[in-house]
Amino acid sequence: QAKMSRPVQARRLEGVDKNIWVEFVKLAATYSTVNLGQGFPDFPPPDFLKEAFTRALSGEKHMLHQYTRAFGHPPLVKILAQLFGKLLGRDLDPMTNVMVTVGAYQALFCCFQAFVDEGDEVIIIEPFFDCYEPMVKMAGGTPVFIPLRPKAPKEGKLMSSADWQLDPAELASKFSERTKAIVLNSPNNPLGKVFSREELELIADLCVKHDALCISDEVYEWLVYDGKEHVRIASLRGMWDRTVSIGSAGKTFSVTGWKVGWTVGPNRLLQHIRTVHQNSVYHCATATQEVVAQGFQREFEHYGKPDSYFVQLPKEMQQKRDQLVQSLVAVGMKPIVPEGTYFLVADISEFKSDVPDVPNSDEPYDSRFAKWMMKNKGLAAIPLSTFYCGPHKNNYNSFIRFCFAKEEATLKAADDILQKWKLEKTTP
Amino acid sequence: MLCASRSFSYLGIRTYQLRADLLSRSIKLSASDTMAFRHKNTRRIEGLDSNVWVEFTKVAADPSIVNLGQGLPDISPPSYVKEELANVAAVDRLNQYTRGFGHPLLVKALSQVYERVCGRKIDPLTDILVTVGGYGSLFSTIQALIEEGDEVIIIEPFYDCYEPMVKMAGAKPVFIPLRNKNDGNSASSADWVLDPAELAKKFNSKTKAIILNTPHNPIGKVFTREELQVIADLCIKHDTLCISDEVYEWLVYKGKKHIKIATLPGMWERTITIGSAGKTYSVTGWKLGWSIGPQNLIKHLQVVHQNTLYTCPTPLQEALARAFWIDYKRMDDPDCYFYSLSRELESKRDRMAQLLQEVGLKPVIPDGGYFMIADVSTLNVDLSDEDGNQPYDYKFVRWMIKSKKLSAIPLSAFCGPETKGQFEKYIRFCFIKEDSTLDAAEVILKNWTKQKN
Repeated sequence: QAKMSRPVQARRLEGVDKNIWVEFVKLAATYSTVNLGQGFPDFPPPDFLKEAFTRALSGEKHMLHQYTRAFGHPPLVKILAQLFGKLLGRDLDPMTNVMVTVGAYQALFCCFQAFVDEGDEVIIIEPFFDCYEPMVKMAGGTPVFIPLRPKAPKEGKLMSSADWQLDPAELASKFSERTKAIVLNSPNNPLGKVFSREELELIADLCVKHDALCISDEVYEWLVYDGKEHVRIASLRGMWDRTVSIGSAGKTFSVTGWKVGWTVGPNRLLQHIRTVHQNSVYHCATATQEVVAQGFQREFEHYGKPDSYFVQLPKEMQQKRDQLVQSLVAVGMKPIVPEGTYFLVADISEFKSDVPDVPNSDEPYDSRFAKWMMKNKGLAAIPLSTFYCGPHKNNYNSFIRFCFAKEEATLKAADDILQKWKLEKTTP
Repeated sequence: MLCASRSFSYLGIRTYQLRADLLSRSIKLSASDTMAFRHKNTRRIEGLDSNVWVEFTKVAADPSIVNLGQGLPDISPPSYVKEELANVAAVDRLNQYTRGFGHPLLVKALSQVYERVCGRKIDPLTDILVTVGGYGSLFSTIQALIEEGDEVIIIEPFYDCYEPMVKMAGAKPVFIPLRNKNDGNSASSADWVLDPAELAKKFNSKTKAIILNTPHNPIGKVFTREELQVIADLCIKHDTLCISDEVYEWLVYKGKKHIKIATLPGMWERTITIGSAGKTYSVTGWKLGWSIGPQNLIKHLQVVHQNTLYTCPTPLQEALARAFWIDYKRMDDPDCYFYSLSRELESKRDRMAQLLQEVGLKPVIPDGGYFMIADVSTLNVDLSDEDGNQPYDYKFVRWMIKSKKLSAIPLSAFCGPETKGQFEKYIRFCFIKEDSTLDAAEVILKNWTKQKN
């Protein structure tokens, strides 16, 4: 057999081949009995959506199985334009201000490919959803990191994700004439931080001052707790023209496996995103778009009402959050109470004695801890170092991230494991 | 707006702020529109914004037009395929993320089917990547393996995305046309051939890959073993990759055989073979495809995939897997959909050819695929009213849509800049259509002849 003798892979893949999820998903599947690791619900999607899916497929509409409009199935882009138009306070054209993607993941990819050239800098706030860094690199850009820094919580209170903040002077120093964009993720994965209006105005002012774009990942926009407000940065002064807002049906409707996402923004930005899309994926699956459109139609009609899924889901999630917080506090893990998302980061310092440090190890401590916990306790969580760039992976190395979008039974089982573990530690 | 504001305040959004923002924004709107804006597109997508489909798929929305243009079946997928998706919709856990590189049940089914077809072991986890359609496989392959400084050979006419994808990867497309060996009197897609000497000249030390499409869109050519051997010999000689787009692999008509170039000696190591659920099961709207090849190549496609969309939809992959298992079990049976679809389409092909011949056209009878091309210049239609700057076939199709309410696709959309003159006499018809659609086309074509007389 004549093998390929020359190097085959393109240089754009340099440094983007590692991905912890491949490893952690495998480990969780092998060892864990209780999986609070990867971010997906283990409860069903809402009934109205499941019914819509079944209805759509039982009809005779076999064109549901053929190509639809490449930039987004018309019923879906229309309802997205209606809903986000109201939320942003402007008239949106479904054909030019909205584009549907294969999950928010592909929306992010299109943004970076459309706007980031070699030599461009992109500001990424740490901790960050891990794909931002390799996507910027694959586009030839240079990621510039700025950390959220924890302030001490108020006396007697648990730390909140609100206590993790950007230093305004530090942020300003990250902007240069090479800055193409800043990636904002609010509510933030993994911390659960919901950026306040004031924090967003700080970012917005810098974007306007430096004529930078804002890629705003708002997939957890409906999961906001304690009456907090999710502020859309695209609605702030000067920001509509320079912001691409990204959303996800997977997170909105608890159907992560459907992979339906979208971008919303001005045509002069979306036109380039459309070019990337038409040269990479082109069409998204029809049936799932049709059903998501129906889901949104239902929510648009029920907006603000008690039975709206956008009201129900955060209510349920808040209870689960509080339950997990209680579990963790009871055993000595220190949770950072999230203002949003279905993730919670906890400080596991009290449990470090179970997993001795290995000096000069390549692997960050929290990663070894999380793997040990999976193998020995059957509980899966994700090390926080996953969400930091290489050089910063050891900055906050005693934290792990739990996903609490789980059924009652799962959270109870997690609690049992934690209680037993605590008992083992305290009993001589 | 007032009603919405009330419900907004239910969720704690400050309506006063919303109204104040609206006011200030309406003042600011005109100012921001005239602001200098430096954010143009990146270099990689420069010149890649236009697309033949943008114009011609709009046509599909007009029900008064008989649409033989875009490759879109209007026949129903097989009932068990639709049923499986309906069954899957009822399973809760199938609504969440599955394995990134391909749903386990699906990659297992694909490995079984293709092991049988290729006669070699295929590892479902390392030798297969599931992508968003054949399109997504082309993109993942090109992004993974092609870069600036590379040349990629593209055979004309070509499925139009090959050129922009190669350009987006920073590489240079090198074109070589299929030529009608019978000098204008082409009855069959087999008459369209590559000149081996001409092909050999296109290979050099910069050649990273050649893109092969068999069965071929738009001509319908099914490359013979000898023709594939010529390509394979050059790939081996120049240590080149082969990107083999075989999405129409099951649509091969009587007397012809689809041969996988990856099964030729020396080719498995350097070939990515692409397949499509959309074309296999007449479900273009499921947008699932796959790349199959050796681990040392597929691993790079997997890296692209994990950095572009990470995972494909679960319910569609599960339903597709179940359909594949049904047909895998009957691959010895003529009722297997892999064989029955091509039988169904062969009669549509023959009917389409007859209809076009009745108008006085000489269609090129395809050996595979579901497209048929015909030289329309022989009709001598007066196109002086159409935009003079456009290629002949674009003008013809626009005229045909307007005056005959029949659509097709101009072939020059599938060529590089040098050969537009050669191919602009041809238009492409799609015949994977219901009888009623072909009946409607028949009415138009019969009336056309009457008007001429």
